[in-house]
Amino acid sequence: MIVLRGLRAFVVFWVDFIIGDDWTVAATVVAALAGTWGLHHVHAAAWWLLPLAVVIITTISVRRTVRRDARQR
Amino acid sequence: MNGAVLVSTFFAAAIEVIEMVAIVVSVGVARSWRASLVGAAGGLLVLTVLVAVLGTALRDVPLRPVRLVVGALLLVFGLQWFRKGVFRVARDGWSVGQGDEDVDPADVGPDRFDWTGFVLSFKGVSLEGLEVAVIVVAFGTAAHAVGSAVIGAAGAVLVLGLVGATTYRLVARIPRRALQLFVGAMLTTFGTFWSGQGLSVRWPGDELSLAWLAAGYVAVGLLLIPQARRWRDQAGARLGGEHLAGGAVR
Repeated sequence: MIVLRGLRAFVVFWVDFIIGDDWTVAATVVAALAGTWGLHHVHAAAWWLLPLAVVIITTISVRRTVRRDARQR
Repeated sequence: MNGAVLVSTFFAAAIEVIEMVAIVVSVGVARSWRASLVGAAGGLLVLTVLVAVLGTALRDVPLRPVRLVVGALLLVFGLQWFRKGVFRVARDGWSVGQGDEDVDPADVGPDRFDWTGFVLSFKGVSLEGLEVAVIVVAFGTAAHAVGSAVIGAAGAVLVLGLVGATTYRLVARIPRRALQLFVGAMLTTFGTFWSGQGLSVRWPGDELSLAWLAAGYVAVGLLLIPQARRWRDQAGARLGGEHLAGGAVR
């Protein structure tokens, strides 16, 4: 029972650490990493994709959070 | 004593140690000093064991997968803080939350050990420490002067550790909302850079790209704050209009 509780807490911690309150951010990071790997694999410049993905997903996520917050108030 | 090896190891290690100290100080100020220092100690312990077990075989440790995993984890967590920082500064203003360990109850429960802070510091110290160890082994064995390389790297850790210890109070003066935004931008910067390195990306300017990445992310965060206020006002006006329209129909 204690082991199961510990295991559950461990899983919850990492899910919270990686996904947090917006799963689309983690999904975008994974997609951007895959895209970067793909670009590097075909010998194209790949450095720009991760920063661009960060800026886009931050903007989308902040906008979504602001609108959700305004609805809840 | 090989002076050239000592000096070059000092400067090569200093770049990695700056990143290590920046993470430990930021996590300590923004979340919990206890968790940050325990995490840093844990990272050093793992590193010591690795160095003791592997010795000069450290040169053969594949750093790319380690950078990719640590970088990706820092990136997703840094992004959480970054966007929360932008959102909270836009909502509450810059001056909310000033103090050494004024941790948001939404982030860490009261009287609980901050495992997130621990993991952040642990990863930062173990990855950067591993890179310092590889530098020591590479520089030291190439010139047959491992002792000089060790002294150079230890000097970098000592000097920059002291800089971190003497300047953390300045960082602690920054209000928590602002700190969350800037630390989030910094963790996102390291996460972007390391995960890119893990995928063999060639960053323009190599390590210098940390500076332009950080500047770019902070600029985006600062631009997003007034924009988030406009989105909030637009959403409020729309919802107000819907309420009025609903009342008129009734």
